[in-house]
Amino acid sequence: MILYVSLFLMFFQIGLFGFGGGYAMLPLIFQNIQQFGYMGAQEFADLVAISQVTPGPIAVNAATYVGFKTAGYLGAFSATFGVVLPAFTLMIIVSRFIEHFKESAIIKGIFIGVRPVTVGLIASAAVFLGQAALMVPGAGINIIAAGIFGLTILFAGKFKMSPITITIIMGAAGAILCS
Amino acid sequence: MKQLIHLFTIFFKIGLFTIGGGLAMIPLIKRAVVDDNKWLTEDEMTDCIALAQSMPGVIAVNTATYIGNKKRGVWGAFFATLGVVLPSFIIIILVVLFLDTIGENRYIDGALTGVKAASCALIVVASYSLGKQILKGVFPWVLAVASFVAIAIFDITAVWAIIAGAVLGCIYQAVKGRGETQ
Repeated sequence: MILYVSLFLMFFQIGLFGFGGGYAMLPLIFQNIQQFGYMGAQEFADLVAISQVTPGPIAVNAATYVGFKTAGYLGAFSATFGVVLPAFTLMIIVSRFIEHFKESAIIKGIFIGVRPVTVGLIASAAVFLGQAALMVPGAGINIIAAGIFGLTILFAGKFKMSPITITIIMGAAGAILCS
Repeated sequence: MKQLIHLFTIFFKIGLFTIGGGLAMIPLIKRAVVDDNKWLTEDEMTDCIALAQSMPGVIAVNTATYIGNKKRGVWGAFFATLGVVLPSFIIIILVVLFLDTIGENRYIDGALTGVKAASCALIVVASYSLGKQILKGVFPWVLAVASFVAIAIFDITAVWAIIAGAVLGCIYQAVKGRGETQ
């Protein structure tokens, strides 16, 4: 029971402070699951990779994954319910005051300050993920992973290829080259 | 009841067919809600997206809740949100069960290695393009760099960076507002 409650509370907190969408929520998820000892960096990287190739919002995928891995079906439910609840409640309240909301100086101020922080959050997510995605524990850099990383930067950043296409190509490349 | 099921079905389909997170869902939601069903006007949809992105939480859930609530109150919000969440929930459980059943497999491990490295790079690119869009001026740059250093290097809880950003943004807004009125 305590496990379900703590999963719920952990993801409730992630849902409440997770501004800026899925990627920006990853550092919150990573820090929490490490702090509570649910998962390490390697499994966090697996979770991000699986979220990338399955449909749906990343934070919901992450909540279901962590909840199911640690406490089965009820765990998945508790975590997912937790991550969704703050958004659900806040949106219903705020949508009644949308005109007021658009003019509010405090909301504008929060927006002005939090948006740049989300850039820092997403960059941090890359660092957390990179430790597990590009390194082999105790053996330095994984050359194939580093090559795939570089090519993806080129394809997505320079040639503006769709993330889904790139992910499929790189998954296939990994299956062939790493096996 | 029919309309609640309709809300559920539409958001279930959106949840099922968008790979790549909440932002990728917005064009699909817009098409379903504005073009096909005429639940919201173009302007209302723009407001809805702006609101969904400035509130905390999963953007797709924010959007589903807002539209469901606008259409059919709290129950509408509930069915739309359930619809958008359920596909992820089921699919992730199936994937975890599948991966556990096959156990160690070098092709799947290899594919995961590839996808992990690609995801990391996609996040770098996302951070760069968002930064190019948002970081105009000294204030946003300082906030972005400071929060990156705090979280990624000093492992300070990300929540503090978000709270600090919100507080500093309010102060900045207040000071700027006072400067403009004088």
